[in-house]
Amino acid sequence: MHKNEYNTVVVGVAFSPNLKANVFEALRMSVLFDATLVMVHVGEKTNEKEASLGKVISGFNGAVPNYRVLWKAGKPAEVLLGACIGENADLLILGAVKREGLLKYYLGSVARKLTRKAPCDVLLLIKPSVDRVACSSGVVNGLAHPKTKEAIDRAFYVLSTLGAQKLTIVEEIPEDSVAIKVDDDRSLRKSTIAKERIELRENSRVLGLLSHIPKNIKETLEVVVQPIFGRRGYSIGHYARVTRADLLVMNAPSKLTLLDRLFPHDLEYILSDLPTDVLIIR
Amino acid sequence: MTKASIFSGLRNNIFAGFVVSLIALPLALGLAVASGFPMVAGIITAVVGGVLVSVFGGSYVTITGPGYGLVVVLLSAVAVLGDGDMQAGYLYALSAVILSGGLLLLFGFLRFGALSDFFPASAIQGMLSAIGVTLLLKQFYVMLGDMKTKGTVLELFLNLPELFKSLVAAPTGQLYAVSIGLVSLCIMFFYSKITNRVFRLIPAPMWVILLSLGFDAYFTLLGAGNPISKKLLISLPNDMLTTIPTPDFSKWKEPVFWGIVLSVTLVSSIESLLSIKAVDKLDPEKRRSNINKDMRALGIATIVSGFLGGMNVGTVISRSSVNVNNQATNRSSNFFHAVFLLLFVVVFQHQLGKIPFTALAAILVYTGFKLAAPVIFVRMYQIGKEQLLVFLTTLISTLLTDLITGILIGLLTTFLVHVLLNKAFWLFSRNLLKPNVLMYKESETQNYYVGVIHFCTFLNFYMLKSKLDKIPQVERAVVDFSLCSFVDHTVQESLQSYEELFERKGGALEIIGLDIHETDSSHPFAVRTLRPMKKLRVFGGGRTKRQLQLEALAHEKGWSYSEATKSQKRMLRDHPVYQTTSVERVYNLIEGPEKRLSLCDIHYSEGAFIAKENIQTTLLRVRLDKEVPVFSFDRELLLEKLSHLAGIHDIDFPKYPEFSRDFYVQGKDPKKIRAFFDDKMVSFFAAYGFYHIMSNGKELLVRQFLRPATPAEAAAMIEFGLALKEKIDG
Repeated sequence: MHKNEYNTVVVGVAFSPNLKANVFEALRMSVLFDATLVMVHVGEKTNEKEASLGKVISGFNGAVPNYRVLWKAGKPAEVLLGACIGENADLLILGAVKREGLLKYYLGSVARKLTRKAPCDVLLLIKPSVDRVACSSGVVNGLAHPKTKEAIDRAFYVLSTLGAQKLTIVEEIPEDSVAIKVDDDRSLRKSTIAKERIELRENSRVLGLLSHIPKNIKETLEVVVQPIFGRRGYSIGHYARVTRADLLVMNAPSKLTLLDRLFPHDLEYILSDLPTDVLIIR
Repeated sequence: MTKASIFSGLRNNIFAGFVVSLIALPLALGLAVASGFPMVAGIITAVVGGVLVSVFGGSYVTITGPGYGLVVVLLSAVAVLGDGDMQAGYLYALSAVILSGGLLLLFGFLRFGALSDFFPASAIQGMLSAIGVTLLLKQFYVMLGDMKTKGTVLELFLNLPELFKSLVAAPTGQLYAVSIGLVSLCIMFFYSKITNRVFRLIPAPMWVILLSLGFDAYFTLLGAGNPISKKLLISLPNDMLTTIPTPDFSKWKEPVFWGIVLSVTLVSSIESLLSIKAVDKLDPEKRRSNINKDMRALGIATIVSGFLGGMNVGTVISRSSVNVNNQATNRSSNFFHAVFLLLFVVVFQHQLGKIPFTALAAILVYTGFKLAAPVIFVRMYQIGKEQLLVFLTTLISTLLTDLITGILIGLLTTFLVHVLLNKAFWLFSRNLLKPNVLMYKESETQNYYVGVIHFCTFLNFYMLKSKLDKIPQVERAVVDFSLCSFVDHTVQESLQSYEELFERKGGALEIIGLDIHETDSSHPFAVRTLRPMKKLRVFGGGRTKRQLQLEALAHEKGWSYSEATKSQKRMLRDHPVYQTTSVERVYNLIEGPEKRLSLCDIHYSEGAFIAKENIQTTLLRVRLDKEVPVFSFDRELLLEKLSHLAGIHDIDFPKYPEFSRDFYVQGKDPKKIRAFFDDKMVSFFAAYGFYHIMSNGKELLVRQFLRPATPAEAAAMIEFGLALKEKIDG
């Protein structure tokens, strides 16, 4: 198996008004990735539910991929997590509510728990849609981090599969990497020059990460490198929002603790206020 | 600073320093007396400030010395700490001055910079006006010869009839002094109205002094001697420069003492910072002051001044602007102002004793009036009723309590007003500490893009400010508020001054995304939620600066402009790619003759319910006379999501391989489209590749960004539209 390919996609289905949209998105993804779809419903299997799910699936126009439905009662997070491990999933699709309530944020919703614990990549969809909405541009982080190379590879794979045209690699550079404090014209000039130097360095680092990507994949996407001086994890989300990117690809942080949620940083900024669909690379 | 730059224009700086010292002299004397300090304290403050800040300072053409705002605080400090004993109070107050100097120095090192940015603009205005009212009333008594009156502002106000009654029975000596005071007040008020060049050679405060000296000389010539009683004439001790008082720190245990230290520091730093910012806008060489460095210099100067018996050293606006007007080029003029001041006092010590207190008081009455002028109340009302509320609340609570309490009440009121306007506490509580500003250099245009989300008020303006400070002011910057649901008056006022700074240095700072806030306010529950700022209403019916610029752009061409339109909701219906969008609002519509060409801002959404995505952008619409194929032209294919449309192809142009590679042209009829894109069209479209263009056969829609265009970009779009129409229709 090529490490960049998704063979098994897991999606949770709940009989909510969003059912059709969630299922259709998952079906479409599985077709595009040529993967097997495992739909997991947390709850008892009833004829009624089975019929309504079948009805939804039969409404899907286009080829229906290989799929299975798992019915299992239990705690949602645990069931889905178990399914991911049991099915050896490569991708878990979760429909996210665009704005989680204040209370939920601290208690941790199912999605958040899964985001932290899933053994595979996680795709958070903020706006599942019945009709296909093309994905035309993506943003991926270009942090100086061991996982970044993999995230960029995966971003190329996913975005080119989804038929996107543009990929922006955002390097977030902490403000304090420029040691010069801006006080007056002279220090401003100095800091501007220092920033330009750092930008050049960062750009060449990021371009180096692209060198091994096969030409045929690289050519399908227009690649833009955008350095941003700002708070890590925050700036990229804001950037994805203002540029109206369709997908934001992020490395998963090593570990999230309670402290990280009280003092949000990196991924937490994005999770607490999703700017767009987010793919988290494990 | 190099030696050459210090000595270049030395003559100019000496002259400027001389002129400033003419104003500084009466002010230094008057402010010291008004503060309850010995008269010489004012001179010490100005001299120490001039010498030290010119050496250590970080600004260029500012003048330092005793400030107006401090008078009120120091006077109450002397009264409260001395408990009736002026001399003891003075020594206690000196220790407060020294400690506040230490605090200023600390602020400078901690790079607190613009402390005033943390307070709402209207509350600061309210505080300054409260100082003005106090100064005005107290000095009004002195001007009418009543040297002893004490009491709160309210008492002073209620006692005014008593004061006038007592004048009737006043001795002739006092009446002479009072008339000098009144004439002086007239000089202060009407100086700016007089255009006579000879008269204007001497600044107004110096005329006041000359008037007093002339009065004395007249009576001396008559041989009668000065009729004004000795009590009302200022007197400088003979040993004034040799006896140095010892500050008394023994009150350090009392909370009252620290309250005073804080008030003194707050007022001094706010007054200085406002002055430094204002002077930066006057500097002909457009330099940016190093505010933190200047704060440190002011701190050092204040400490030294306190130990020598002087007051807080601050940057003062009126003296600084006189300095600039007299062609000062660097800090040396501040130094020379100090030297001349010292010289005057030493040489003319005898003559200074002939000036009545009433004349000095007249100068301060005028200053107090300026700080609390009725026009400020009117302006506040024009900005918005809620701003007037904040202003008045701060003003009254400062008068009734003290400065720190007053400004804190003002701050709280502002916050409550914001919460009430938005009907949402969570907007603030939830996002207060989160970063809300994104800044990057747009790779396409090399503009700096600054995006703000959530809210932007005095509470978190420092985050935006720190980003703005890092943009070289010769560049172009775009500040986008379209994702920001609330922007307050303080922020807009500060941005206004950033706009000026950028413009002066040859760059530009443009604000976009606020127009939609205004139009949204037609919702009953969102009246001022998205745009409480009514500042521009006075000039143009609630329009933002961008709207005014767009209107000017339309009028320049002889076209029509309307800020809100109703009938345009279906304007995108004829375009296939926009069929799934719903237009929320069309605004800022500029239309050419016969509506052949029009430009508008548009707010539309795609999808519905939770999938809804709002987009605000600027669209150019070109109606064509000739029939053209249906196509879309785009460099990045980011235009719209076309996948739901069947039968759309990417079209290759074998004749123009580079054009094919760089741009996406899509349409249903490749043959017609290839025919349309001939040599001329290809080179024309390639030259304007940054536009996204779509055609429905009869009409072209042109768009550049997924955000509203700045006025400059809008103008460029219109030019492009004209050229495009010319190209196609011939």
